[in-house]
Amino acid sequence: MRMITKMGEWFDHRLQLAAPIREAAEHPVPRNTASWFYVFGSAALTVFLIQLVTGILLALIYVPSAGEAWSSLQALNHQVTLGWFIRAMHGWGSNFMVAIVLIHMAQVFLFGAHKYPRELTWIVGVFLLLMTLGMAFTGQVLRFDQDAYWGLGIGASIASRVPIIGPAVVKLMLGGPIIAGATLSRFFALHVFVIPGLLMGFVCLHVLMVLKLGINEWPMPGRVVKRGTYEAEYHALTKSEGAPFVPYAVWKDMFFAAFIILAIAACAYYFGPFGPTGQPDPTIIQTAPKPDYFFLWLYALLSLLPPSLETPFLLIVPPLVIIGLILLPFLSGEGEKSWKRRPIAVVTVLMIAITLGTFTHLAQFTPWSPHMNAWSGDPVPDRYIHGTTALERQGALVFQVKQCRNCHSIGNTGGQRGPALDSVAVRLTQDQLIRQVIQGGGNMPAYGNNLSPAETTALVAFLETLHPATQGPARDAARDMVLGYSKPKTGPQH
Amino acid sequence: MTTKPVIAPSTDSTLSRRSFFMRLGILFNGFAAMVVAVPVVGFLLSSVTRGRANGYLSWVPLGRIDEFPEGETRLATFRNPNVMPTDGKTVDTACWVRRVAAEKFQVFAINCAHLGCPVRWFPQSGLFMCPCHGGAYYRDGSRASGPPERGLFEYPYKVENGLVTIQAGELATPGAAIASLTGEKPPCA
Repeated sequence: MRMITKMGEWFDHRLQLAAPIREAAEHPVPRNTASWFYVFGSAALTVFLIQLVTGILLALIYVPSAGEAWSSLQALNHQVTLGWFIRAMHGWGSNFMVAIVLIHMAQVFLFGAHKYPRELTWIVGVFLLLMTLGMAFTGQVLRFDQDAYWGLGIGASIASRVPIIGPAVVKLMLGGPIIAGATLSRFFALHVFVIPGLLMGFVCLHVLMVLKLGINEWPMPGRVVKRGTYEAEYHALTKSEGAPFVPYAVWKDMFFAAFIILAIAACAYYFGPFGPTGQPDPTIIQTAPKPDYFFLWLYALLSLLPPSLETPFLLIVPPLVIIGLILLPFLSGEGEKSWKRRPIAVVTVLMIAITLGTFTHLAQFTPWSPHMNAWSGDPVPDRYIHGTTALERQGALVFQVKQCRNCHSIGNTGGQRGPALDSVAVRLTQDQLIRQVIQGGGNMPAYGNNLSPAETTALVAFLETLHPATQGPARDAARDMVLGYSKPKTGPQH
Repeated sequence: MTTKPVIAPSTDSTLSRRSFFMRLGILFNGFAAMVVAVPVVGFLLSSVTRGRANGYLSWVPLGRIDEFPEGETRLATFRNPNVMPTDGKTVDTACWVRRVAAEKFQVFAINCAHLGCPVRWFPQSGLFMCPCHGGAYYRDGSRASGPPERGLFEYPYKVENGLVTIQAGELATPGAAIASLTGEKPPCA
């Protein structure tokens, strides 16, 4: 024991670190910040460390070459002992990291911790968020499979829309004219050297500022931040009701950190690693690429924005959001901290969360994408055929063969790009159906060039049978006047 | 024995010998940094500048003309003209070849004009459909519906000695050279 103490003294005589470390550990924090709400920052740091360790372990096997990356991932999954588990830890760690960073950010904002004098801590935090998202995207590229390949194509397509320098940005991003070996190598350099290096520096800065300026006190409604008096008030607060960070508050951080590590390990164990999906071979076109979870909202947004708004939105909104986040502590650097007195702040956070959540949810079943195999895979339900004429059945065939089904569902199967057609006859008259099929419109292609008059007649005859038993098909009253009213044909009962 | 006086930082505004040398040192380092920066920046931007000097595009063969029946649209693959040893399969690219008439072709990039996903051809309905965001194009590559703002990208082609050849070498994106070679132009160009 004495030996260890002596060795410790020998080292500290030379390093002189014991005193500042003790001072940092025992610095007083306001008592009520020893709260479960204050554990997300340290949890983010914990996950970052897990990512560092598992990332280094993966680098022992992974080959950052477009020709071999995919097979080296297969080797990790299937050949190397516990390779699958390390990959799964790294993949789930990435999801946890983005989630925790976002929760941490929302908590900090709702507790007013971005206000004076912690503006710079917030700004560094914004950069940490951007770098975390950068790590998530570059990491998805390193999982060099079909999703990664076409995801890069999407990134390049977005970059190429930048006015004037777009094409140069694309070549810079891809390391050449196409997605190939150089592309993977530069994303490897970004993911493994550049961004983690910056991230480590910024994390140190972030934590240093938390230590120097003190953790944000628990926000009390009515306790207003003023530039002139805040620091003296905070100082008095930590003096009157402060407690040393270690061990008074740190135990909650430690418990949560252990919980998060176990949660990541459990997800890794039960759900396994992500992909890789198919080989990154651009000649295999039977693929429907999808981004990773935390970019799904963007995928949805790009499908739902009106085409003409897309480019301006992509090029203008992200810089505006980043500038807004950076300016936030200067625009609301003083005043109330408590969420109870900041309704707009609460509504903003809820709005953003609900919007991103809705887009993410939509992107999980992609109602805007045609179902490429619906026309050959999803049969027309029996009840739509039962009791129909030969012409109407021929129409059902045309309906399948012309891939209408890829975008329109009937009987709840088929694409959702266009409206479901189960009761289309109620909405459109015969003439309107013909016009819609031949001319298209309202986001539907025109089929005039691809349907013979006979096919059109049959198809429309089939569509006219699609109405509920209790509701007749739509009729054109004017036409009845001119041509004489004929009793609407009763379609099959369903 | 005389004691050396401690050198105090000079407070007057005249330049001392030592601070002159310090400034010279900064200047010298700035010069060294510039000398090194030129090749470093040149290296970093090589993928952009190379494209400008002699271009990435060259003519690549797709196949014999009789592999493409008249009136039909077929998938063809070609090897990108610029190959690096680590590229693996990524240099193989697919494209859609439509033989309109005897020697009249349309060769479409596989990439959707929206965000580059691979479009698929459906001969029955005469449409190209994109699996990502639902873009659709007619058989002649023009936009039918969905988010794309323009038709499919077309490669310039020529038929020589019974061989269909296209000018390729760049990923087909709205800003790429291929986007302005043939076909319709984007609305803002």
